[in-house]
Amino acid sequence: MADLVSHPDEIKVVSSRFGKGATNIDRYIELDGYKAVRKALDMTPDAIINEVKTSSLRGRGGAGFPTGMKWSFVPKESAKPKYVLVNGDESEPGTCKDRLILEHDPHAVIEGVMIAGLAVGAQKGYIYIRGEYRYLLTIMQKAIDDAYAKGFLGDNIFGSGKKFDCYWHTGAGAYEVGEESALMESLEGKRGIPRIRPPFPAVVGLWGGPTVINNVETLASVPHIMLMGGQKFADFGPPKNGGTRLFCLSGHVNKPGVYEMPLGYPMEKLIYEVGGGITNGKKLKAVVPGGSSTYLLTAEEAVKMNCDFDSFAKTGGFLGSGGVVVLDEDTCMVKFALRVMKFYQHESCGWCIPCREGTDWLKKTLTRFHSGGGVKKDIDNINYLAQNMLGRTFCPLGDAAAIPTISIVQKWRQEFEDHLEGRPCPYENKGIPEPAFA
Amino acid sequence: MFSEQLSKKFDKMVTNYPTKRSALVPMLLFAQDEVGYLSEEVIADLAKRVELTELEVKNVISYYSMLHTKPMGKYHVQVCTNISCMLRGGEELLDHCKSKLGIGHKQTQADGLFSLEEVECIGACSWAPAVQVNYDFHENLTPARMDKVLDTYAKKAKQ
Ligand SMILES: Cc1cc2nc3c(=O)[nH]c(=O)nc-3n(C[C@H](O)[C@H](O)[C@H](O)COP(=O)(O)O)c2cc1C
Ligand code: SF4
Ligand code: FES
Repeated sequence: MADLVSHPDEIKVVSSRFGKGATNIDRYIELDGYKAVRKALDMTPDAIINEVKTSSLRGRGGAGFPTGMKWSFVPKESAKPKYVLVNGDESEPGTCKDRLILEHDPHAVIEGVMIAGLAVGAQKGYIYIRGEYRYLLTIMQKAIDDAYAKGFLGDNIFGSGKKFDCYWHTGAGAYEVGEESALMESLEGKRGIPRIRPPFPAVVGLWGGPTVINNVETLASVPHIMLMGGQKFADFGPPKNGGTRLFCLSGHVNKPGVYEMPLGYPMEKLIYEVGGGITNGKKLKAVVPGGSSTYLLTAEEAVKMNCDFDSFAKTGGFLGSGGVVVLDEDTCMVKFALRVMKFYQHESCGWCIPCREGTDWLKKTLTRFHSGGGVKKDIDNINYLAQNMLGRTFCPLGDAAAIPTISIVQKWRQEFEDHLEGRPCPYENKGIPEPAFA
Repeated sequence: MFSEQLSKKFDKMVTNYPTKRSALVPMLLFAQDEVGYLSEEVIADLAKRVELTELEVKNVISYYSMLHTKPMGKYHVQVCTNISCMLRGGEELLDHCKSKLGIGHKQTQADGLFSLEEVECIGACSWAPAVQVNYDFHENLTPARMDKVLDTYAKKAKQ
């Protein structure tokens, strides 16, 4: 459905089967499918976890937590059944990569779930797909059925005597259920209100059993790691930032699309070479590096950045979800901050006060500001309020709302000043670029 | 209440999890797809299937933005105005849909053909601006292309 793109600097690992008909199980097998899980069946759980640790694979959902380490937290012995849960809620604004994986390579996700299950001793996996992605649910249902029909899933997987069951599940519209504990609540048929931690899901998760929760892309990387070896995967990126990841380029670039780049790839090249530069020959103003929950970068900062977790961490930022949104010189940052806040206010589950009230106040203040009704002390108030949400909310959605706001009000303070005293927005009605795939 | 096929599917779904209620969110969505919206009767039926009270089911419904307790248009037009779409004309597209369809956010045309909703990111950011009509994605839109999309649905309804 969505258009595929290509660039010579790409290293196609997770995307290697895109556009090759791999939704068909026989075609998937031809393309080395279900080899990795067979290999894993001959390995001990510790050996699987060590291979993933060697790959230095880190969570592609946004937080970048080392996957091998996460798996090792699951207790070996457990009175309750253990589970693997795939986070396919993909709702972070700017992010549209899991969709492509599920559309083109659903069996890779199933295989990743099975390998994770073998590693932690789980016999059941659930693949949670956001409600809007209905066509992907259909694709996944068929993929699971086909895998059962071949005896790859079920009571005797690949004739090994081992059991593994895999189920699909769908959401019904809610960003917050992408948060891992809210995801479990949603899967259990409840409102997506997050759970208190500790205990962490690896110890007490779905229906009280130890649960590994990973992003779609994280798990889709695992079969490749098992086949090529953890070290080879690790070597694509800088130390501790192994492998490649899908970057979703969007906004004011000439060639938007989802590109698989090695971690550590320079942001400047990503925007100007891979992305073909800024639309209409304009200048770059800002970059959202990894979905709307990350600190925005100024043009000067962006061109110096390398796209890996640790390069961002060094500057106090986050690489995030892979959603790179590019803003040109004519973008109004006040309006942008407002749109981001409208989103978080809408998606706040309302459970805790700093987030529920904070997002609402910020939305109101930013609305007033953008329409010219702001007063000077509001600028500091926006910053103060957002700073005070940081770290004080029940789940990280509050931080996610505060982070972009803080960076915008601090880095583009002048634009707030330009809106004062009833002045109309100086950026209104500047040109909108033509669609990229016209 | 439901077609035999859906009823069978529900019977299987409640066995996919250790607790019956775990199947609730997908069941609500599938029920809505078949019936059009989550009526009192649908809620009562599903509550029985998952062994919850109707109130408990309603409590879940109100959390999820795709679940509706009122009839929507035959074609539910969902326009994304979140960041990537906004930068590529998503808001203008929404305004265009409003005037073309003569309805506002979360409203339905009198004849029930189209309803409109401004939605958050639908995972089509690299192909912005994007719209979903029911479950179908339409991407890289302009107002002119949007008109074609809407016309196609209007024609389909007449067939
Ligand atoms: C508000 C919020 C929304 C999130 N949405 C998603 C999401 O849509 N997909 C995802 O994989 N992770 C999402 N996450 C991160 C998950 O909580 C979790 O860290 C992740 O699924 C773990 O998988 P990983 O280690 O493979 O990245 C979200 C987190 C928060 C706080
Ligand atoms: S921060 Fe609080 S109100 Fe906001 S989504 Fe998380 S739990 Fe809900
Ligand atoms: S921002 Fe519109 S689809 Fe993601």
